[in-house]
Amino acid sequence: MTEPNSKALRRRQPIPPKDGLGFALLALILAVALWLATGWVMWLVKQTMTTNGFQAFWADALLVLFTLLPAGLLWPAVRGLGQARLARQALQSENLIAARVHSAEAHTWAWFTLGYAGALILFLLFVLFFIANNVAVGRTFFQLELIRDSFGLILQAFWVNVVIFLFAGFFSLIWGLVVAIAKLLPGKPAQPIRFIATFYTDAFLSLPSIIVIYLIGFGLPLTGIGFFRNLPLEALAVLALTLTYGAYMAEVYRAGLESIHPSQWAAARSLGLSYGQTLRFVVVPQAVRRIIPPLLNNLIGMQKDTALVNVVGVIDAFNQARIIASNDFNLSAVTTVAILFILITIPQTRLVDRLVERDRARFRQGS
Amino acid sequence: MSFLEIRNVHKRFGANEVLRGINLTVEEHQVVCLIGPSGCGKSTLLRCINGLEEIQAGEIRLHGDRITGPGVDLNALRRDVGIVFQSFNLFPHMTVLQNITLAPTQVLRMPEAEAQAKALALLKRIGLEHKAQAYPDQLSGGQQQRVAIVRALAMEPMLLLLDEITSALDPELVSEVLNLLRELAREGMTMILATHEMGFAREVASKVCFMYGGVVHEEGPPEQIFSNPQHERTQQFLSSIIEAGRL
Ligand SMILES: Nc1ncnc2c1ncn2[C@@H]1O[C@H](COP(=O)(O)OP(=O)(O)O)[C@@H](O)[C@H]1O
Ligand SMILES: [Mg+2]
Repeated sequence: MTEPNSKALRRRQPIPPKDGLGFALLALILAVALWLATGWVMWLVKQTMTTNGFQAFWADALLVLFTLLPAGLLWPAVRGLGQARLARQALQSENLIAARVHSAEAHTWAWFTLGYAGALILFLLFVLFFIANNVAVGRTFFQLELIRDSFGLILQAFWVNVVIFLFAGFFSLIWGLVVAIAKLLPGKPAQPIRFIATFYTDAFLSLPSIIVIYLIGFGLPLTGIGFFRNLPLEALAVLALTLTYGAYMAEVYRAGLESIHPSQWAAARSLGLSYGQTLRFVVVPQAVRRIIPPLLNNLIGMQKDTALVNVVGVIDAFNQARIIASNDFNLSAVTTVAILFILITIPQTRLVDRLVERDRARFRQGS
Repeated sequence: MSFLEIRNVHKRFGANEVLRGINLTVEEHQVVCLIGPSGCGKSTLLRCINGLEEIQAGEIRLHGDRITGPGVDLNALRRDVGIVFQSFNLFPHMTVLQNITLAPTQVLRMPEAEAQAKALALLKRIGLEHKAQAYPDQLSGGQQQRVAIVRALAMEPMLLLLDEITSALDPELVSEVLNLLRELAREGMTMILATHEMGFAREVASKVCFMYGGVVHEEGPPEQIFSNPQHERTQQFLSSIIEAGRL
């Protein structure tokens, strides 16, 4: 037994907050400096436009607007400063609670200013890069007339990417599941199948997709086997992408199938369901639900790789753009392709984020 | 010929011999309770009867037909022998109704409508027909376990194995599950239960088996086992149960 009062009562001294005045002041100075910097950059843009004989009222209006916008940064900076001063006053009158509230506010506003300032700095750097060397960057990548004139052609060729993607995506989702199931087959008799499935995934996971496309796109027609000789190049591209991405999909499916607890197998088998029925009704549906995000990520990766089919001469968007680029010594058509890829991919990435978030929410609920 | 005969069954997991010669007979309409310390092999024995685990020696016969060893149609066996697990193991992606009708429609090839009607009748019996369209995670533990029992009953098994089916339940939910078992016992369902509910075992069991050291250490009618155990180990086990306030 220890003495009940052997330990002296610990007293805790209240800890006063920092008033945040220095930090708020720093944010204000940065805001003012950035405002000036923006004005300078916009003035440079105006000069570049003048030397190139470009004159338009809307452009001038835009420049003025851009110059005025960063003034908005002053607002949070000033508010932060005001809160910091209140915090200092509260500290002097020893009102700790009020001091903490104002200090926290001051810090929040200062951080707010810094965050937007950071974004603005990046934007200004990009503008400087764009107009450097008398708009060299702008001319090389963003020649508007060229983009406009080649757009129809590029869009048409992009359709080839989309079709290849849709077919290869569909087939690889099925093929991957088949391979994953083959890899997980139980028992001795299935050993050769497991071995082949494992070898296949190992091989195609290590092969760069561009090599697979090259080998299949050029190689198979060369074999002279009638079936392959008569296939369009696009179909061979689909085959190559399916083989490559089927291996990725198989790995994801396998992780999903293995994540289903053995007790689910026991429950299904104990009801008399066969191995196949258990897979079909119990295990695969649950597994797929869990792995939708990584499956979609693989699809996004495949979508990008459809641009690789140009190595065997399929006229996809990238190939088309390269032809235009070498005719005009300008990369603006390739920029179009880049933008198209970005446009169709962003919604999918957001979808994946949403699904991941949904899964996480369900996990937190504990089900 | 008894309904179920378990003769000298041995089961090993690697080097760990869990069952070392189990002998047990069960008659039709009997309720047999397996008791014994945790890890003594109660679950393993039940899983062997259902063909979820292979045995290394001995044999199990159901109606005189051998149900262990090579060449046994396990899917067919499992139509006749149902099992309910401690952790319910409902299929979380299916509604209660789908959970119950899956095996009858897929294994017995029962028409969907008939299977549903039967499932609803069973659900009504346990007072859960309003949960037919709910998903398992929307049910309490006791409700889930009763659905799991009904899922096994939908196959009309001739033998029902129950593996500590109340152990994962909050105390206030135990009785609803035990009431269902009481009813089944009254109707003459043949059951083997692994259980720690000694009061319940005393009440409904035709026979209580104390498992220890991989064998059935002592067996007999409940009055004898609980009031007058013959073996020292059985006495020790029961006194530890009494100490824990479970008897
Ligand atoms: N799948 C398995 N693999 C290896 N060992 C197991 C497995 N299942 C059970 N065991 C072992 O068998 C023994 C008996 O387990 P179990 O039958 O679950 O006991 P009980 O149900 O009586 O508590 C334990 O020692 C356990 O570790
Ligand atoms: Mg157990």
